[in-house]
Amino acid sequence: MAVLRPAGDFDRSYAQDMLLLRQPWQRWAMALIVLGVALIPLSGNAYLITTVNRIMYSIVAVQGLNVLTGMTGQISLGQAAFMLVGGYIVALTAQHWGMPIFVTLPLAAVGTGVVGLIFGLPSLRVKGFYLAMATLAAQFIIPWLSRHIYPEYLGGSSGRIAVPSPVIFGVTFNQVAQVFYISLTVLVITTILLVNIRRTKLGRSFIAVRDNDLAAEVLGVNPFGVKLRAFFVAAMLAGLAGGLKAISQRSVGTELAYGLNESILLLGMLVIGGLGHNLGPFLGVATIIFLEDLANLTGATMASLFPAHATNLLTSFRPLFFGLVLMLFLIFEPRGLAHRWEILKATWRMRPFSR
Amino acid sequence: MNWPLVPQQVMTGILNGGTIALIALGIVLIFKASEVYNFAHGHLVMLGAFLTWWFAGAEERGGELFNLPLWAATLAAVAMAMLLGLAIERFILRPMTGQPVLAIILVTLGLAQFIEGGASILFGAQPKSNFPTPFSPSDVIRIPFPGAFNDTIILKQSLVASFLVAAVASALFILFFQYTKTGLAMRATAENHDVAQGVGIRVSRIFALSWAIAGVIATVGGVLLATVTGVSLNMATVVLIAFPAVLLGGLESFAGAIVGGLIVGLSQALVQASRNIEVRNSAEIVPYILLLIILIVRPEGLFGQKRIERI
Repeated sequence: MAVLRPAGDFDRSYAQDMLLLRQPWQRWAMALIVLGVALIPLSGNAYLITTVNRIMYSIVAVQGLNVLTGMTGQISLGQAAFMLVGGYIVALTAQHWGMPIFVTLPLAAVGTGVVGLIFGLPSLRVKGFYLAMATLAAQFIIPWLSRHIYPEYLGGSSGRIAVPSPVIFGVTFNQVAQVFYISLTVLVITTILLVNIRRTKLGRSFIAVRDNDLAAEVLGVNPFGVKLRAFFVAAMLAGLAGGLKAISQRSVGTELAYGLNESILLLGMLVIGGLGHNLGPFLGVATIIFLEDLANLTGATMASLFPAHATNLLTSFRPLFFGLVLMLFLIFEPRGLAHRWEILKATWRMRPFSR
Repeated sequence: MNWPLVPQQVMTGILNGGTIALIALGIVLIFKASEVYNFAHGHLVMLGAFLTWWFAGAEERGGELFNLPLWAATLAAVAMAMLLGLAIERFILRPMTGQPVLAIILVTLGLAQFIEGGASILFGAQPKSNFPTPFSPSDVIRIPFPGAFNDTIILKQSLVASFLVAAVASALFILFFQYTKTGLAMRATAENHDVAQGVGIRVSRIFALSWAIAGVIATVGGVLLATVTGVSLNMATVVLIAFPAVLLGGLESFAGAIVGGLIVGLSQALVQASRNIEVRNSAEIVPYILLLIILIVRPEGLFGQKRIERI
């Protein structure tokens, strides 16, 4: 990717050529941002801590979708179901075998990845809408299974089990303010991995398959293998996100927002943030969660204005606002907020010659 | 298998399948005319049912605006759904022309969320059990059938009636496509937009019309479903089983949608004849299992066309 650089910024070694943050001020800024986020739990503001924690694990899930949908061009309507799988794996391995979190989270990632492979199999023969339907099937079948098989382990028809709090070096992480740091660590690791995956052979073959899978095959890329790898990575990140969500909520089950609407929400976050852009998941998730708070506020205000319809108004504005914003973005800015950010950067670079 | 239950379940399954087939037809119609995969169709069905319920007197607290009999309420809801279909086409799908499949699917998903929120604000999230149905649950037809449970098959009148209406509506729909001038124009548009435009068909008008018709059959399907199950926001998710039906039959085929709908209805009913409780419980996911199988074995569906892709 040809990146426009200011005059005088050139590389003297290969190591320098591969740097992600090439200017000292960029490194300082990144360090300050991570430090700033890491200081949030010290503020003691429960709402802020919970929200930022939710934003962080949602970003991990959306990053997975970004690999599958943004980079490889395969649509998945089942990301929330894969999160459920990850949550269950974390819960069961910690509860029944007492595994530490260093084991449970990677296990959740790999286990969910394997489940993702199973539902990625139809991508051998179908794509586009048909593949969306296959993942829709996953979205219905996985929660059903969790409610109906092995009720003694998976919680039966209510489908809800407790997740033991992880213990790291003798410290029990049972507060959201503590789980916050686990989410932050995972998010930093996944972000570094995903920024780099784009620069590998695998990442380039993802993009080749997205742009035209027949042409990619002619170029020597095995589209089916690449699609399966994308499904694996996407499900892996969903599993991690699900594990973090389960630890944060201290229980996991089908009734705790792992349904089709949650999957659509994750897809919407990706589109609003910017498909295929590293920044997309961050911007999209933050925007949508802010929008949800706005919707809840609107709902509460409307409910106090029209107490007769309070029950109808309290929760209804979330899907309404989300659907509206998603449609507006698709019609007016299908490349999402990340694209706006790029335009803004270009404008700043070109000043004073930009409009 | 609990064999004495099978004849009963086969009949119930076919009757349920009729409504699913009608709903599936709406999805196929939109796809054929404009190559849009309408994930919001289930929500149009739900909205149609809610509108009918509202025109028919809603909560019956006395303060309602309308108190129409069922047929008039249905007609009013159909008119509203037509306008809504036109508006959806004009303001949401037309600006999306030429966008990739992903964007089109997402915009219908966004529309679905929007309708869900809107319906929940207007009508409330609680399921309504007072849908004005002309039948009571005890209105049944008993058909003697040796070998069945108690040697009779029991058919709910509401199910029979909704099957008949669905059959008539589907037949009208197919006749419309075979014989009327507008129907022919719609088929020509489905075949090739450019050529259709070339022979003087106004393609944009055909798109608008197909959305209006889809709104109408979604509403009819919603009313039929509501007479059996009542009205709730959950209907939209339940109706998603029309998508497996569409894919079973093949996306391009009206006949396929009807056959697919019947297969989905039958499969859901037949698993309930099992002796194993887990198999009985699987009724809600059986269509999706069928869907996965058909996607792996024969992705174009039973009656669909194979597509040749060129770079």
